[in-house]
Formats: sequence, C-alpha cells, structure tokens
Amino acid sequence: MATVTPEPQALSFECETGNYHTFCPISCVAWLYQKIEDSFFLVIGTKTCGYFLQNAMGVMIFAEPRYAMAELEEGDISAKLNDYEELKRLCLQIKRDRNPSVIVWIGTCTTEIIKMDLEGLSPRLEEEIGIPIVVARANGLDYAFTQGEDTVLAAMAARCPNEAPEEAEKKERNAIASLLNFGKKKEEVEAEESAYADHPPLVMFGSLPDPVVTNLSLELKKQGIKVSGWLPAKRYTELPVIKEGYYTCGVNPFLSRTATTLMRRRKTKLIGAPFPIGPDGTRAWIEKICSVMGVEPKGLAEREAQIWESLEDYLQLVRGKSVFLMGDNLLEVSLARFLVRCGMIVNEIGIPYMDKRYQAAELKFLEKTCHEMGAPVPTIVEKPDNYNQIERIKEIQPDLVITGMAHANPLEARGISTKWSVEFTFAQIHGFSNARDILELVTRPLRRNNSLNGLGWENLVREGAKHNI
Amino acid sequence: MKLAYWMYAGPAHIGTLRIASSFKNVHAIMHAPLGDDYFNVMRSMLERERDFTPVTTSVVDRHVLAGGSGEKVVNNITRKDREDKPDLIVLTPTCTSSILQEDLENFVEQASLDSKSDVMLADVNHYRVNELQAADRTLQQIIKFYIKKARKHGNLPAGKTAKPSVNIIGMTTLGFHNQHDCTELKKLMGELGIEVNLVIPQGAHVETLKDLPKAWFNLVPYREVGLMTAEYLKTEFDMPYVDITPMGVVETARCIRAIGQILNDMGQEVDYEDYITNQTLYVSEAAWFSRSIDCQNLTGKKAVVFGDSTHAAAMTKVLAREMGIHVVWAGTYCKYDEEWFRREVSEYCDEILVTENHGDIGDAIAKTEPAAIFGTQMERHVGKRLNIPCGVIAAPIHIQNFPIGYKPFLGYEGTNQVADLVYNSFTLGMEDHLLEIFGGHDTKEVIHKGISADSDMDWDREAKELLQKVPGFVRGKVKRNTEKFARDRKIALITLEVFYAAKEAVGA
Ligand code: SF4
Repeated sequence: MATVTPEPQALSFECETGNYHTFCPISCVAWLYQKIEDSFFLVIGTKTCGYFLQNAMGVMIFAEPRYAMAELEEGDISAKLNDYEELKRLCLQIKRDRNPSVIVWIGTCTTEIIKMDLEGLSPRLEEEIGIPIVVARANGLDYAFTQGEDTVLAAMAARCPNEAPEEAEKKERNAIASLLNFGKKKEEVEAEESAYADHPPLVMFGSLPDPVVTNLSLELKKQGIKVSGWLPAKRYTELPVIKEGYYTCGVNPFLSRTATTLMRRRKTKLIGAPFPIGPDGTRAWIEKICSVMGVEPKGLAEREAQIWESLEDYLQLVRGKSVFLMGDNLLEVSLARFLVRCGMIVNEIGIPYMDKRYQAAELKFLEKTCHEMGAPVPTIVEKPDNYNQIERIKEIQPDLVITGMAHANPLEARGISTKWSVEFTFAQIHGFSNARDILELVTRPLRRNNSLNGLGWENLVREGAKHNI
Repeated sequence: MKLAYWMYAGPAHIGTLRIASSFKNVHAIMHAPLGDDYFNVMRSMLERERDFTPVTTSVVDRHVLAGGSGEKVVNNITRKDREDKPDLIVLTPTCTSSILQEDLENFVEQASLDSKSDVMLADVNHYRVNELQAADRTLQQIIKFYIKKARKHGNLPAGKTAKPSVNIIGMTTLGFHNQHDCTELKKLMGELGIEVNLVIPQGAHVETLKDLPKAWFNLVPYREVGLMTAEYLKTEFDMPYVDITPMGVVETARCIRAIGQILNDMGQEVDYEDYITNQTLYVSEAAWFSRSIDCQNLTGKKAVVFGDSTHAAAMTKVLAREMGIHVVWAGTYCKYDEEWFRREVSEYCDEILVTENHGDIGDAIAKTEPAAIFGTQMERHVGKRLNIPCGVIAAPIHIQNFPIGYKPFLGYEGTNQVADLVYNSFTLGMEDHLLEIFGGHDTKEVIHKGISADSDMDWDREAKELLQKVPGFVRGKVKRNTEKFARDRKIALITLEVFYAAKEAVGA
C-alpha cells in the first residue's frame, strides 16, 4: 500500500444565506452599561427593541439599569414630531434623574430606515445640555450580536483625549492610580515604573470585566510591558489618551471597526495577534505583543504547560470528541482553535461575519494548531443557514453543538448535546487563569451525560414528528 | 417619543407568532432584520419546547433596503414550503415592515402560486396594536381564511354534532398557565356532558378548522384572545358564545349556568345546579376555605391587583367576594379594554388603575402598602424591594411561571390553586411579621424605604430602634405617618415622644 502523506489542508471559507439566529447588537447595552459605570444608554427604537432587551436582560431589568428606550411612536415616524425636541426632552429627564457623564445613543433599524440624523443632532444637543452624547448605530440591519460593542467602542475611540490633561485635572484623572499607590513613597512608585521596559505607549481595546482587565494587565507587566490605557475604562471620564503613533491591541475577535477607527482616525499602530482565549491563545497574544515591543518574553512556555496540566481532568472528557459551532457571536474561531488544542475535532465553524484581516493571526494560528494536533481543518461558514446546519448536524451527529437557545432544547430532545453559546460572551474566558472556566462550560453537557448515563431517555421526540432529525 | 424601561404587552408580531406557532404545522416567516427572532428563544426556554419553533426570518438588511425585499420574501416562502411542507405559511410583518411600506400582500400572492402551502399575510400594524390585540386578530384572520376556503370548495360541513359540543377558543403558546387551563376546561366539559369539538389554536391543524361550525357553541375563557373569532362565528353561523372566565367559585358557576342556558335554548334539557352545588361544597376546597379560620384571619387585609384584564378582574372578584379581602385598587395594562375592566371590577375595589407605566404601579404599591400584591413579574420585584409578598397572576412571566406540575387557574381545580396562592402570599408576610415580633430576624439597619416615599426626616436612635420593632409590612406606613405628623408640626427630629404622640394622633 502506497502511503501518501496528505498535503496539510488550508482553511476553507464558505458563505451561506445568512438565515440564522443571533441576538440583536443592541444587546451590548446590557454589558456595557455595567462596564462603564457613569454612562447611560438610550436605545432609540421601537417596542420590538424594548421587548428584546427586557427579555434578554432577564433579572437585570429589575435592578434599575442605566438604560432606557426612547420609544418611537407613530408621530415620530411620520415626522409630525420634531426629533431634536423629543430627544432633548428625554435627555434632560435622564440628566435630571441619573446625572450620567455620557449618554450613548444607540441607533436602531427604525432610525436607519427613517434616516434620523443622530450624528447630526448629537453635537448640538451635547452643547445645549452639557453632557457628551456618543452615537453608535448598532442595528440588526448591519450587525450581529457582539458587533454592537464594536460600534460603540469605535464611536468612543473618537472621544479618547489627544493629550494628557493639565496637571490639576490630571490629579483627578489619576485618582485611581494614586489610590492604588496609596501609602507608597514616590521612589517606590518610580521603582515600579522602572519595572517596565522602555517601549512605546500601548492601549488595549475591548470591554472585559474588571478582574479580567487586571489579570491581563498583570500578565503583561510580568513581561515588562505597560498597558497605558484601556478602551473602555471603568468610567467614561477615564477614557485613555490616544496619540498618533501609539500601539493598540484587541482582546476580542469582533472588534474590527474599532481597530480600523484606531488605525485610520487616531493614527495608531495595530498589533495583530491571536486573542487571549485559552492558554495557547493567551501565550500567543503576549508573545506577539512582546515581539512588537521589542521585549524578550520569559517563562511563557512553562506557564502555558502548567495551565494545561491543571486542566487534565477536563481534557480527558473532551479529547477525541467532536464539536459543531453553529455561529452567532464571532468568538467562534478563537474558541474552535482552543478546542482543537484540547484534542477535540471541530466539524464546522459557523460565524456571523469574518474579517480576515483583523482575525488574520487567529486564523493562521487555527490552521497551525490543526496541523500540529493532526486534526482535520474545519470549514468556516460565514453567514450560516441554520436549516442547512441542522441537516448537517443530523448527518454528522456531533458530540457537542455550540448554539443559541432557540435550537438548544430541540436538539437536546433529539439526543444531541448542546452548549448555549451566549454563555461564552458573559463568562470570563480570557487569560491563563480562565481557561478552566471555558472548559467548565464546554464539558458541562458531557458531564451531565455521564451522570444520567444508562437511563435510556436520550431521544425524547416521537418518531415521525416533523423536523425530526 | 417616550422614555420606557419596561413593557407589559409585547409588540404586535409576538401576538401573531404566538397564534401561528400554537397551530400544528403552521410556519411563520417574519419580515424583519436579523435579531428579531427572539421569539424562538423565549418559546424554547419558557415552554421548554422539544420541537423547533416554526418561525424563520426573511432577513431585511442593507441589500433589501436598496433593492426591495420582494424576491427574497417569495424565495423564503417557497423554500419553506419545500422543506417543511407546512399547511400554512403566515408572513408576519414587524415594526420594520410597517415603515418600509412594501407591498407584502403582493409578495404573498406571488409566492402562493408556487407553493403547496396556503400563504397569508398577517394583518397587523405595529403602531396600532399590541401583542394581545394582534393575537386576537390573527386568530380571527386564520379562521376566516379556512372557513372561506371550505365554503369555496363546498366542503363546509352542514349541521351540528349529535351531542352538545363546544369549541374552546384562545389557548395559545406562551399564554399564562394555558396548557393547564385547557386540560381543566376539557375535564369540566366532560363532566357537563359536553363534547369538545375543537380547541384552537393550541395543537389544532388548520384543515380541521372547517369543522368549527359543528359545535353547538363557543367558549372564550380569556378576554384577550378569541373574542374576535367568536364574534365572527356568531355573525357567520349564528353560533352563541360564552365569554365568562371560569376563574373563582362564583364565576365558574356563572359560566356553567350560561352554558346551561345556551344548551336549553337549543332544546336540550340540562340542569347543572346539582353539579355546581356538589363541586362547590365538596370538590373545590375554595368555598370551605372561605369559611375556615385560616381565611377568617385574612378578613379586611389589604391587597392590590394588577395584570391583564382577564386575570386582574377575576382575581379582584375572588379576593373581595370570596375571601373578604380588601382590594384597595385593581388595575390592568390592557388600556384598549378599559371600559370593560371598569365595569367588571368597580364594585369590588376602592379604586381602578389603568396604565402601561410600571412606575405608576410601583408608586401606587408603595403608597398603599398592602399586605399582599397580586400582579406580574414586575410587581413581584416591587414587592421584593418593599418586603411585601406577591402572587404572580398574569404575564409578563418568567420560566418559574411555566410549572411542570398541574396548576390551572380556571375551573374547580383552579379555585384550589388560587386559594393556595392567596393564602401562601398572605401567610408569608404574616410569618415574617411573627418572626420579627419575636426577634427572629437580624434587626435591619436601613429604615424601610418606599419607592417614592424617601424620607428627609431625622430619627433619633431610640425612635429608630422602636420603629424596627414594628412588623415589617406595616413599618413603612407607620414611618410615613409619623413623619407626616412631625412635618405638619415642624418637628425636625423624631424622638420617642414624637413617635408615641403620632401614634395617638393618627393611629399610626
Ligand atoms: S433588529 Fe432592529 S428593530 Fe429589531 S431589536 Fe434590533 S435594532 Fe430593534
């Protein structure tokens, strides 16, 4: 038998009909208002948008969130009412009741279709009421789910100060920094500064929970790399200084508009790296940053190995199992790459939108990982068609399907294990120490299967039922 | 424009989708941007549906905005026709379609040429109707369509069923306890010797709709969905209908008597009085409960009620008429049905509130400080903040309002469930109170805070401590009355003396 060493396959890309389930991008309000503590998000849309947010936010909605709908009525649509006056009335009310440092207007499908000129109205109103107004058009006509954050951060990027503020003001701005250094002598602070290598300023972008921000910053600090700011910061008033020539780097795969804005409008240099998801991703991310900053990374291989070792119990559960990602939040490529490294076989990577330039390093890393693990290189399906995907799932019978809530229960009833995709967006999955959390999510259905094994009720739909698979 | 944080009734398309996906083998195609199919998530989560929700989207994107959605809509319809072979495809407009003003009717016509399925456009306007009104309309529209179709094909059955029979109209997916109510009503009909001809829309096939006229009469248990259909069937076939919600002992009896009347008018000789007596006295525990010491302890206790018209009205009557509870106010968010609601409850409560604004309701609860609330999930959360127990009686609801166990609100078993709900809500508050009297709880540091009744008054330590000893569910009222007393007399600091003086003066 002649053995032919197969050529390592390259990634292949497909594009389907775009008929898939995902969240509307206005959902970014739910996590961004929590992240940016002095903000208020005003979604200018209809009952449809409000209904979605109310239900998707779950119990958060009862906690008096710093978000509201500006619900458009028939008079607004037929232009009987004056947009400017209406928005002014609502924003004044918000100012009175909540006194935020910024109001973010979220444009929706309706404001797009009736061509409400939010970008035109906001500067005037901003001037009049004395609160910055940031406009993000995060609608379902143009974007999917997490891309909502991208539109907001791209708009915020334009608001980052050009210059470090004057001394007096600076003191206030650095209140948090001085709080952190509280009790330390000036020399100590200076000594701490000198722990960093001499490199050009670096600003990170992407909204992450504060503990993760601290964790990633410390990880870089170990390499002598200083993060001089983060977009977004905890408060709008603490947006980082961004000057021409600064370096920037993203932490999430769905931030391509923000990246573009930072490059084109703020003239920064983008570090294209894989994303710090999984120990492999985190190491590659740090290494890439180090190499651009001219720093020799140290101890990373050991660090990564150590993490993998601590994951062994979970890895035993996933090794050799297959996984199908239906695609709805743009984290899919990074997740798939991590899961391949864990020893899984990825059948398909569905993804709403694929920016091959912004994700270039991640894509290459995926290909390389597949080759190194001897795993087949999965097809990436952009704008997937859920109906076709279900047909394929029916055929492949994967061990795990990562999917939205609309399909999860019906698939489970047909004996196919699922993991709800949206959890990956809300759980803490970045950095070395959160790798366990990702696997905790991925293995949950597999562990459930082990516990309920042998009960004989995996398939719970009647034979011959419609849509049966 | 209006500032809104929360809505009680959803947008119109939700109503249409609830009707369409209640039927078997009916598929809805939404004309909407990507992301508006959240309905599927809700159905799959709340109802724990095993089947895929038969709703897809014909996505409106930039491309469509530029070139029109005609071709895409037609393709999506014919494709679904091939894939799933549904009996009916309902094209569902959304807020987006309402402003695009494309000729969806025309696309439907085009698509039906190439489809084996029937195709129709739901006649709902986002800006004119809400979820409940849209559901009512869509159901009528579908019934009309199939009655007309049968008539055209000459296969509309003539005559009535041999035995008395009924159509139960208005059971839907995502309806509050609908599944259980439906089982209970079927049981009730069985005991009355009435056959159930059809239940619509839940679980019905459209090809059976032509059989609707065979029933002797229609039963519409909920005010919100089904009345338009019943009216239509009345006009077309002279079918009588009963629209009395059989919730509570008295209303259930009234509903049964109305049914008896109809059957007698149609020449049957039925007498349900013995049945009603027997059920009331011995089967339902609710009548006995109302005489028991348990319920006596509830006499004159204050409650407030808020929900959809059906459940809020029925609950108000049960509380006031059957349990001797003092309903301070009753309200509904079904503004479009205000007149009916006022008529139903005016003699059973002091005041009526009709509003879609949850802030008004929260304030009204804080002001009233009832011993228990009966409302939606929103009122439950207001109750949590104010430390007042709440029984959930209407949508909007959460996953815990879709119990797996049998929990109807209608019929005789329903009266038992309602009695439990009421009793548990009140005793929860009562137990809390007893615990506090005997010092079982940690003394809470913060003074009880009303939602809209923030205080600007100073209390000295001793007065504050005494206030903490006042049982939780009246503490707010005592506090407010004392403060009002002090304010009226320009007293800046509330001391023990002021506290007692206020108590004597206003009975706080
Ligand atoms: S898709 Fe458009 S209309 Fe629907 S919720 Fe999102 S912004 Fe609103």
